[in-house]
Amino acid sequence: MARPTKIPSYVRDGVILGAAVGLFGITFGVLAVAAGLNVAQASAMSLLVFTGASQFAVVGVIGAGGSPVSAVASALLLASRNGIYGLALHGRLSGGVAKRLFAAQFIIDESTALALGQDDPKASRAAFWAAGLSVFVFWNLGTLLGAMGGTVLGDPETWGLDAAFPAGFIVLAAPHVRSSEGRVAALAGAVIGLAAVPLLPVGAPILVASLGALAGLGYRYWTRNQSGEVALDEGHPSDEDNP
Amino acid sequence: MSWGAILILAAGSYAFKALGLLAFDAKPPSPELLSTIRLLPPAVLGALIMVQTFATDDSLVLDARAVGLAAGAVAAWRKAPFIVVLVVAAAATALTRALL
Repeated sequence: MARPTKIPSYVRDGVILGAAVGLFGITFGVLAVAAGLNVAQASAMSLLVFTGASQFAVVGVIGAGGSPVSAVASALLLASRNGIYGLALHGRLSGGVAKRLFAAQFIIDESTALALGQDDPKASRAAFWAAGLSVFVFWNLGTLLGAMGGTVLGDPETWGLDAAFPAGFIVLAAPHVRSSEGRVAALAGAVIGLAAVPLLPVGAPILVASLGALAGLGYRYWTRNQSGEVALDEGHPSDEDNP
Repeated sequence: MSWGAILILAAGSYAFKALGLLAFDAKPPSPELLSTIRLLPPAVLGALIMVQTFATDDSLVLDARAVGLAAGAVAAWRKAPFIVVLVVAAAATALTRALL
């Protein structure tokens, strides 16, 4: 059967990713209620906080008997990486301040990774909204189901879903590691992130790993000097692509 | 957990997102800064891949997730569709967990 319009793969990928995240939303709902939150509070967190890792951190700390202050502090530490994502999305999300203030709520790991995977601005925006809205809908549905006692699926980790996300990020990282400096940044980020795991509180490793970008930058300057080019050259990397 | 704490967390989380997105409205970044910002995604994604696979809370662990990541990486390298990469990684992890 002929299809009149073809759904771009990045839109499909975003929706799929959202559905997978939704299964973890069920887990969040279950854990939130187990930690003493009521259904309305669990749902309010998924609607308003809407950044999964932070939410898991909160119920983890509260469930372990920690104070709300330490729960909120560790969650905010995790949430700060969304600020880095916001910087990285510079120029990708169009519109005035009001429109982008609305879009900001949907800045999360998945929407950022998919948006940055597309070079074309229009495709980048479509990928952002597909992933952002899909994750939002499924994450909130999952939270509600889990909080109301829906444990039909059991633990998503039984199904290996926890490993699906890093594997998915491999695909999403691919466009960023085509350049040598991108590969250096990725490698440095990976090493810094792993090294920081035993040293820093949960959430901080991803944040400090953003310093891996500086390793990529260092590599760029080093190769520029090696090739003997004049350092005053203000050229963009894309200039090299021109004949 | 009080409603106040939830609202503070919501406001703080949103502030990070919005401030990052609007940070360059006042003064657009220089081309050099912009190209450095473009190196943030690979750095963060590289860390996310490793930390989500090899960390449990604040310790480094080697478990079934590593098998799943390896299987998913092979699928990604063979240019499998996105959903296939996810399913292969999840299936390999689940299988390893069932066997161990």
